[in-house]
Amino acid sequence: MISFDLNGVSQTLDVPHGRRLSRVLREDLHLRGTKVCCDAGDCGACTVLLDGEAVCACLTPVAQVADRQVETIEGLGAAGPNPLQRAFMRHGAAQCGICSPGMIMAAEALLRRECSPDRDTVEAALAGVLCRCTGYTKIIDAVLDAAGSGAGPEPEAGASVGARVERLDGAAKVMGHELFGADVVPEDALCVRVVRSPYPAARFEFGEVEGWAAENGVQVFTAKHIPGVNCFGVIERFADQPVLAAETVRMAGEAVALVAGPKDIVEALALSTFPVTWDVKTPMLDVRSAVKPDAEHVHHDRAGNQLIAGFVRQGDAEGALASAVHVAEGVLQTGHVEHAYIEPEAGAAWMEGEVLNIRACTQAPVLDQHSMARVLGLSENKVRIRPAATGGGFGAKLDLTVQPLLGLVTLLTGQPSVLIYTRAESMAASTKRHPADMHAKIGADADGRLVGMMFEGDFDTGAYASWGPTVAVRVPVHASGPYVVPNYVAKARAIHTNGPVAGAFRGFGVPQAAALQEQLLDQLAEQVGMDRLAFRRLNALSDGVPTVCGQKLEGVGIGACLSALQPRWDAALIEAAAENVKSNGKVRGVGVASCWYGCGNTALPNPSTMRIGITAKGQICLHQGAMDIGQGANTVIPQMAADALGVPVHQITLIDADTALTPDCGKTSASRQTVVSGKAAVLAAKALRARILQLGNMGDEAAITLSGAVLTLTQGVARRDISLRDLPDDVFGYVLWAEETYDPPTQALDENGQGAPYAVYGYGAQLVEVEVDQVLGTVKVLKITAAHDVGQVINPLLAEGQIEGGIAQGIGMALMEEFHPGKTENLHDYLIPTIGDVPEIVSHLIEVPDPEGPLGAKGLGEHVLIPTAPAILNAIRHATGAALTQLPARPDRVLAAIRATKT
Amino acid sequence: MGIYHRPGKLKDALAVLATTGAQPVAGCTDVFASTGAQELPGDVLDVTAIDELRGITKTGLGWRIGATTTWRDVVCTKLPPAFCMLQQAAREIGGLQVQNAGTVAGNLCNASPAADGMPPLLALNAQVELASEQGIRIIDLADFVSGPRATVRRDNELLSAVLVPDASVLGCSRFLKLGARKHLVISIAMVAVRLDVQDEIIRDVAVAIGACGPVAIRASKLERALVGTRVDQADQLVSVAHLEDALSPISDVRGEAGYRSVAALELVQRGIVDVLEAYR
Repeated sequence: MISFDLNGVSQTLDVPHGRRLSRVLREDLHLRGTKVCCDAGDCGACTVLLDGEAVCACLTPVAQVADRQVETIEGLGAAGPNPLQRAFMRHGAAQCGICSPGMIMAAEALLRRECSPDRDTVEAALAGVLCRCTGYTKIIDAVLDAAGSGAGPEPEAGASVGARVERLDGAAKVMGHELFGADVVPEDALCVRVVRSPYPAARFEFGEVEGWAAENGVQVFTAKHIPGVNCFGVIERFADQPVLAAETVRMAGEAVALVAGPKDIVEALALSTFPVTWDVKTPMLDVRSAVKPDAEHVHHDRAGNQLIAGFVRQGDAEGALASAVHVAEGVLQTGHVEHAYIEPEAGAAWMEGEVLNIRACTQAPVLDQHSMARVLGLSENKVRIRPAATGGGFGAKLDLTVQPLLGLVTLLTGQPSVLIYTRAESMAASTKRHPADMHAKIGADADGRLVGMMFEGDFDTGAYASWGPTVAVRVPVHASGPYVVPNYVAKARAIHTNGPVAGAFRGFGVPQAAALQEQLLDQLAEQVGMDRLAFRRLNALSDGVPTVCGQKLEGVGIGACLSALQPRWDAALIEAAAENVKSNGKVRGVGVASCWYGCGNTALPNPSTMRIGITAKGQICLHQGAMDIGQGANTVIPQMAADALGVPVHQITLIDADTALTPDCGKTSASRQTVVSGKAAVLAAKALRARILQLGNMGDEAAITLSGAVLTLTQGVARRDISLRDLPDDVFGYVLWAEETYDPPTQALDENGQGAPYAVYGYGAQLVEVEVDQVLGTVKVLKITAAHDVGQVINPLLAEGQIEGGIAQGIGMALMEEFHPGKTENLHDYLIPTIGDVPEIVSHLIEVPDPEGPLGAKGLGEHVLIPTAPAILNAIRHATGAALTQLPARPDRVLAAIRATKT
Repeated sequence: MGIYHRPGKLKDALAVLATTGAQPVAGCTDVFASTGAQELPGDVLDVTAIDELRGITKTGLGWRIGATTTWRDVVCTKLPPAFCMLQQAAREIGGLQVQNAGTVAGNLCNASPAADGMPPLLALNAQVELASEQGIRIIDLADFVSGPRATVRRDNELLSAVLVPDASVLGCSRFLKLGARKHLVISIAMVAVRLDVQDEIIRDVAVAIGACGPVAIRASKLERALVGTRVDQADQLVSVAHLEDALSPISDVRGEAGYRSVAALELVQRGIVDVLEAYR
């Protein structure tokens, strides 16, 4: 027996003394506010207080808390959010919310020691907790302002858009009530574990599986048990990935069998005893081997291991480059980048009648539903996806992860099941950013105008297609950057290897391409003899000038973004030069880079549907099916809907994504939710408004006020009351409702990639100041100034949060992130930025309205990551003259590049 | 499942070791990190309830760092400047959560080539006290860690304290760690430097390098060259030739072997300059 004080209440438990405290809290005491995300002390999500000091619950044997005080997130603010939790909400310090309990407990320990800590003290106190969403900036702000008071604005009718409204779903995140994939475990659920291939390429045979299962008291499921089509993929035409491999594995970590049974048995099993024999093949682990003429085919029907190639041609690039006065040419290789969301994939499944219910983290509930139906041989109405709160996604939770594995077990056994990936499993099995092997050439005339560009890139798409086609198509469309390039040819190929599946990751290949293209622009500016920012401003795309796809855009904001950076640019160059007079082995540099990015699917249908209704009791419900994975759709979409309807946003009740309750809002992907789902919400709310006004026989200018169950319409002296209770119930339980679909208008690309691939683009530019240690090759990012054109700011607080978080990931991609299968499947060998790696960030939100976007709005989520890495590379080069040809710019590579400039 | 022992007295702990072969654990920051299991596997001897093992005390012969002294304890204890490097290392071991639980002895017994505690303690000429029912033996830390993840601790022994002799508690010290991010980083290379300077002459010197070989090691050749030199000539003596006996780095995901050597050289140089600054 172990006794301890938990949140002020004494507990006595009969549990094994060596059990992790995190496990005791979550499973024995059912307190799931404490999150477990690495089980290794690397991420700090499980931080609790032990006698007032922060410790990782995952590293603490419960025996050590005997007769001591343990405090968890549940113990804070029993009567509502405490001042620290309020500060987190006020400052937008929680995005997905998975790290928030740990972050808040670490901050709580600090604030009890010091009531007004300075920034460095806050940094040191929170350094043990990783956040992948926020870039830490708003977390630090919140802790520094913990003594502050108040809440964000609650705007009146018509004033929601543009207001710094606190996240509408924020309270649950900071209180530890938010239920992520691992936080709901049905009673008597079968525990599922996955047998995975240790080899990147092998054929395999099972041995005495049934005997092994019987001996261990578990059930085993393999490919032969799959009732439907054992094949999935986010793009149906290219679907090629088995849920459970049959005979052949094409990557390390590929699932071959499921083991299900009682938790204590399944958890204790040594899966290495599973009866399978491997006939190991020589793997192809990079694109250069995979494209050799004699290379084995990863998929027999894909010649040359090419999944697909994307191509854009405009004008005569070869001719223009041949006659260009100035030409810059370069290569760049990038590695696998892991999404490293703090929440490993997790979920549960159960049957309700004949309907299979899946509750798991996801970015794409309806796509999950389609795929699950196909894999399990069910009709779609027999699969209900009820997304869990999703602790970060960044692209990798677009693909199916735990869902089909859970679905298979529950469908075949009739019993509920639960599957929670370990950190190592998450990193081994999930998709990655595509490694790129790129070569480009850009030419300019004597005056510094770009005349032509050539780009070619091979993108390692790994064992299965996933989002490889999207990357291959997007890259050539965007590789010019937001510049006027009259003569252009770009080709990107997605090549199969036996590496990890490369899928969607914030930017779909565009960040890699921009990292090369923007470096070449710096070199060209130098050749021309122009200031690098002036060179970009001269060549910036503008309204009505054709893009490389021949599309003429309106509302092009890149010029405004670059212009917003000018004051800091001028100052930063002077400051850097002044610093560099000192010779202390460290040199400063300033770099700039731009981005543009089309929102939504590339030249493909991409609709979202929103429903909004009012009940007889006067509740306004928005059926918001756009998955909020931390980015804020649950807040910005209601803000837009509120203004369109003409009511305060806080009067709207959110019906969160659930395939049984919310219409299809597509995927949280491609920076499309604000633009596409937001526009659907605006259209639906306007339609509802029109119905209300029609019912009241009032004109378009009338104000709508909801008080209790009465809608009051006023315009001038005219006033009408509508008693909702008197209206007949319509479908869905509403007396008044509307549903609208919006599909952004695009035009297919021809064989030269000419057309209108996107209806709306967003633009941005970032200015990075660095200090490079010339002897050690280390790079310290000092400050980032970011200007992003969002068309119309819906919520500045959340928009800044996107910028800061995207920049943090960009810093990681530039300087430290490099995934190696089998070597870096944890969060101490795979490095993501800590709180000390993200500098001061100054955000400028630029508003050049888009004629198509809702209220003029443009997407932002991926844009924010694209310029960071190239701007850092340009700043390194400005500081040292060193040009990097491989990312990440690890210290040893930076030093080698610096040395190369001196030979 | 094994037996979980958590005695309150050292003699009981030694009895457990004598009879069971249980694995001694303290802060568990390494043992839990190296298993996916939800419970510590096998027989475990948790020594954190033994009060006499915790804390740093001055003894007649020097300083005694009890086995279960946490890194946070090291940071919060007032110590002579010779220990600065140990306190600086303590602040860079994981986050506060790990510093609050992880122990000095655990760091040494885990014997990672990148153990942050090793270089500063080597530079303090630390010894380890190994207790068993047979008695106490004291051996030099340099002899205790015999390879990556290997020590000469016998199964019936407990590392009960780290001892720093008074003769080494001289001068000022500095710890420098190089990694690709600011916090929570496993070193690419690290150094600990301790110098005792009198009348502009280096009287005592200790330089230790970690993460550049299978175990952290003293740069003996460099130390010999530095002893007795004038402070204004010290940094010129830091050369590849003087460090070659201390460097045998490997290439891994954190950096190339050649780079590690370059970085170690530079860190040593900086460490010496920093310490000498403290004397100005």
